[in-house]
Amino acid sequence: MEVSSIFTTESYNIFIIELQQYLMLTEFGKVFIFLLIGAIFVALGLIGAWIFRPHRPYPEKNATYECGEEPVGSAWIRLNVRFYVTALVFLIFDVEVAVLFPWALIYRQFGLFGFFEMAVFLFILFVGYAYVWVKGDLNWDKPKPQIPTFNRTIVTAGRMKSVSAIVDDNKIHEGVE
Amino acid sequence: MTAQEIFDILKAKFGDSVLESKLDVTQPWITIATGNTKDICLFLRDDSELQFDYLSCLSGVDYNNGTLGIVYHLNSMVHKHKITLKTFCTKENPHVLSVSEVWGTANWHEREVFDLFGIIIDGHPDLRRILLPDDWEGNPLRKDYKVQEFYHGMKVPY
Amino acid sequence: MGLLDQRFENGNVFITSLDGLLNWARLSSLWQMQFGLACCAIEMMAASASNFDIMRFGVIPRATPRQVDVMFVAGTVTIKMASRIKRLYDQMSEPRYVISMGSCATCGGPYWEHGYHVLKGVDRVIPVDVYIPGCPPRPEALLEGIMKLQEKVRKESMVKKRA
Repeated sequence: MEVSSIFTTESYNIFIIELQQYLMLTEFGKVFIFLLIGAIFVALGLIGAWIFRPHRPYPEKNATYECGEEPVGSAWIRLNVRFYVTALVFLIFDVEVAVLFPWALIYRQFGLFGFFEMAVFLFILFVGYAYVWVKGDLNWDKPKPQIPTFNRTIVTAGRMKSVSAIVDDNKIHEGVE
Repeated sequence: MTAQEIFDILKAKFGDSVLESKLDVTQPWITIATGNTKDICLFLRDDSELQFDYLSCLSGVDYNNGTLGIVYHLNSMVHKHKITLKTFCTKENPHVLSVSEVWGTANWHEREVFDLFGIIIDGHPDLRRILLPDDWEGNPLRKDYKVQEFYHGMKVPY
Repeated sequence: MGLLDQRFENGNVFITSLDGLLNWARLSSLWQMQFGLACCAIEMMAASASNFDIMRFGVIPRATPRQVDVMFVAGTVTIKMASRIKRLYDQMSEPRYVISMGSCATCGGPYWEHGYHVLKGVDRVIPVDVYIPGCPPRPEALLEGIMKLQEKVRKESMVKKRA
């Protein structure tokens, strides 16, 4: 077999075949080579950056960034529990969908029995879904903002000469003096 | 309502707290005594004839003869008239009553006056420096102010 | 080994070409920390807009000092702000550069005489690489300042001591 240069497709194929015969490479082996090259690529980038970048830490540089101010308090904040609840419910139904996929490929082999088996499984999970919904675990409750209230007399402009409004708890009671 | 009528109403109600006035100029002003500032301002805001519900500006003045002062520019949205009020205090005893409960605008304006002139506003809910850093020395807008040489290691003058 | 020997102190051929590559990579992607303080910030925004476009120089605005190479101090620096500028400059990672844009950041500008709270030049708190005069400097002046900084970066070397 004549190859004109080392960069043609033919020569590449020949290379792969010879490599396969030499190393006794299976299909898994090819995937492994692919992962290895990917890992080497990432490692080369990171190690190259580590070699060339300057490393001069000092305490002011390592301080937490707070837009130029002195950092106050801890950076760890308490997250609301609704994130956890949503993630948990999502996980359960995501696993259910993941189970649905292989069933969808082969259910015809089992005929009507296969269909009803999955229907029962889905029904059980649907009962759980209805329970979570009715219980209100799917509601995305926002925290109620505290609007500051104040007792002040505010003189309103208008046709009535001496109307004053007292604002209390965001309800306005109008009275005439 | 003209400035003369406003002055007459004020004089009738408060008598000797209302001192001088100059009413035939573009911005007629009335001088009031320092001790009664809050009562006069409440009356100016709440009286149905006057209804000065908008304090458009509150500024400090250094008159270069040992006197400091505050100037209030008042407007009325209802009656569409305006007036200027002045109070005075000395450098030895720079105290003025706060009007921040009368008009909410006065809160930060009075802090600015305290910051830049050193006039202590009695009854202010939160009197501290607003523009300059908290550990700045001096009150820059006074006529006898000398800028400090260094602030935290930075040279201040040119 | 003649010529190569003589060049060992300043780095050999390998070092210089690596330097060249590194410097080219750094000057072509000078990410900036937008530090617009006053009127010069408007001119900086005009330079970032489509007519003058500093993004074609590789200058992308980032909000955090950790990811930037250059800080454009654009506008009047008050003394209250100066301590924040110092802290943010400290939090930038090397190699870092500062461009002082406008006359307020260079020398206090029109407030040099009577400004009691103006820092007369941002180089009283941080080291500046390029000064751009003007009040405010036109966007073309900012672009020339960036190009001067790129010239400065091009001449840098791994073996020479740098700030």
